Amino acid sequence: MNNSPLHLVLAKLGIITVGEVARKTVTFGDPEASKGGLIWGIVSVLLIFSIWSLAVANEWASAIFLPPPSEVVSQFWKIATDGFRGSSLWEHLGISLYRLLVGFILGCLIGIPIGFGMALSKVVRGFFDPIVEFMRPIPPLALIPLSIIWMGIGNGSKIFLLFLAALWIMVLAARAGVEGIRLSKIHAAYTLGASKKQVLLRVILPNALPEIFTGMRVAMGVCWGTLVAAELVGADAGIGFMITVAGKFLETGLVFVGIILIGIIGAAIDVSMRKAEALMIPWKGKV
Amino acid sequence: MATGLHIDKIGMIYQLPGGGEVEALKDVSFHLDKGEILTILGPSGCGKTTLLNIVAGFLVPTSGTASFYSEQISGPSTSRQVLEPLITGPSPERGMVFQQGALFEWMSVAENIGFGPGMKGVPKNEINTIVEQYLETVGLQGFGNKAVYELSGGMQQRVALARCLANEPELILMDEPLGALDALTREKMQGLILKIWNETGKTIALITHSVEEALFLGQRVFVMAPRPGRIEKEYRLPYAQRGVNESLRDIKMTDEFSQTREEILSMIWEMEEEIMGRQE
Ligand SMILES: Nc1ncnc2c1ncn2[C@@H]1O[C@H](COP(=O)(O)OP(=O)(O)O)[C@@H](O)[C@H]1O
Ligand SMILES: [Mg+2]
Repeated sequence: MNNSPLHLVLAKLGIITVGEVARKTVTFGDPEASKGGLIWGIVSVLLIFSIWSLAVANEWASAIFLPPPSEVVSQFWKIATDGFRGSSLWEHLGISLYRLLVGFILGCLIGIPIGFGMALSKVVRGFFDPIVEFMRPIPPLALIPLSIIWMGIGNGSKIFLLFLAALWIMVLAARAGVEGIRLSKIHAAYTLGASKKQVLLRVILPNALPEIFTGMRVAMGVCWGTLVAAELVGADAGIGFMITVAGKFLETGLVFVGIILIGIIGAAIDVSMRKAEALMIPWKGKV
Repeated sequence: MATGLHIDKIGMIYQLPGGGEVEALKDVSFHLDKGEILTILGPSGCGKTTLLNIVAGFLVPTSGTASFYSEQISGPSTSRQVLEPLITGPSPERGMVFQQGALFEWMSVAENIGFGPGMKGVPKNEINTIVEQYLETVGLQGFGNKAVYELSGGMQQRVALARCLANEPELILMDEPLGALDALTREKMQGLILKIWNETGKTIALITHSVEEALFLGQRVFVMAPRPGRIEKEYRLPYAQRGVNESLRDIKMTDEFSQTREEILSMIWEMEEEIMGRQE
């Protein structure tokens, strides 16, 4: 048996196993068996870049359709240092993230209390039921034109749109979180002398946190997609705006930079929310 | 009125959503003295949980009354409060241990046990003392900082018991508290419940599906029958008292114990048969 750093790295990649490993004879159909293939992720990324480079080198497509990877990298450096259309890349990204966060947080701040109200009160439930049932199936993208008519192409219309996109998701998540409680927990709290307020803050709220967090992750994903789409349709700044303009001038390298950044940021948001979830709600899934 | 739980001609009729009604309890009356331990047996659907929920104050019966006469009419003489015996809602003087899943997963073991005192505004350091004391009572010293989901089912029920005790209820209600445990753990927990009953002198009412458990733990045993839910037969038994000093195994071996057990078993068996017959 060998525990050298090289062995550990190879083991991490899933190429070899280190130490004694219990072997299962049934692997096909066992979800555990498909874990640990990090090496294949590296292979797939390398493969994509090789095909891309090969396509460019053999001129399978013109540079307008498919710029070489080097062009994408240099475009990235250019806008990262010189900026694009009067604003630096960081300003475009910053404005997009600002709209995302403000819209999302507003959606949470208003959606979560409404969801709690709907799960806890007949009046609130009855009042919001028709509104929620009507608004929920409308894709946020369908509201883009209206948001532009009402509020123009600046921050306001984007924030309003993302607020709506997050709102209904958070209402439903918070409501499901409250309704999912085991009644015996509520009963236990009352027999232990808790007041309604204490039951709300010490029992109902923490019990709903896992659902709320799941809702927040979904809402973040939807908001990010909606924001980019809204910036593509009509905006004065932002990462979506940047790639629309670049597209109009056939600056394909820049379009690629934008797409890659959008993907990376979206993934980074989801990963960090999952980390935060694991940190804040260690009991999730263990009940 | 003597102190204790007084149940007077309770009836409970549930309206079913699709129309029709279920008579879950009919004309149930009894008095449970302070310090007595009662176990309740019966086929499922005979109204055991309904009865316990009425005593806990979660449900109001459709007829009759449940009252709990406690001794304390105390408090500082300036704000002399007379405790209202009629049960109208949950109260800290009537604690409940649920089957499982009623612990708060977002709190540590210690926070769960200290929940009741915390609600009353007991200072932090006093709560810590209380928590330590009850961790010891249920044999979980050193587990205070654990998360509840890290514990086995038996340990979780110990925490539930400690959480209930830490709130110092006068009456402890338990709805199949050991139902989900394996046989060995169950036996240990039965011993623990007897020990606590003996040491604290609390009044206890416990629902169980196991006839043996009912005999071990019940000074008084109610066998309930369904449709309408009622108390079919009551026993007064010596085993709970004896179990404080003798081993439960030895008691189980005695002839009288197995006789009573067989008698109750066949009674419940017949009820179950009848239920099955009616459904067919
Ligand atoms: N909320 C309810 N609505 C309608 N029927 C109920 C309700 N709760 C219990 N019941 C009925 O009342 C009867 C007694 O139930 P329960 O007290 O839970 O019995 P046990 O605990 O002995 O199994 C059963 O027939 C059950 O179906
Ligand atoms: Mg029951």
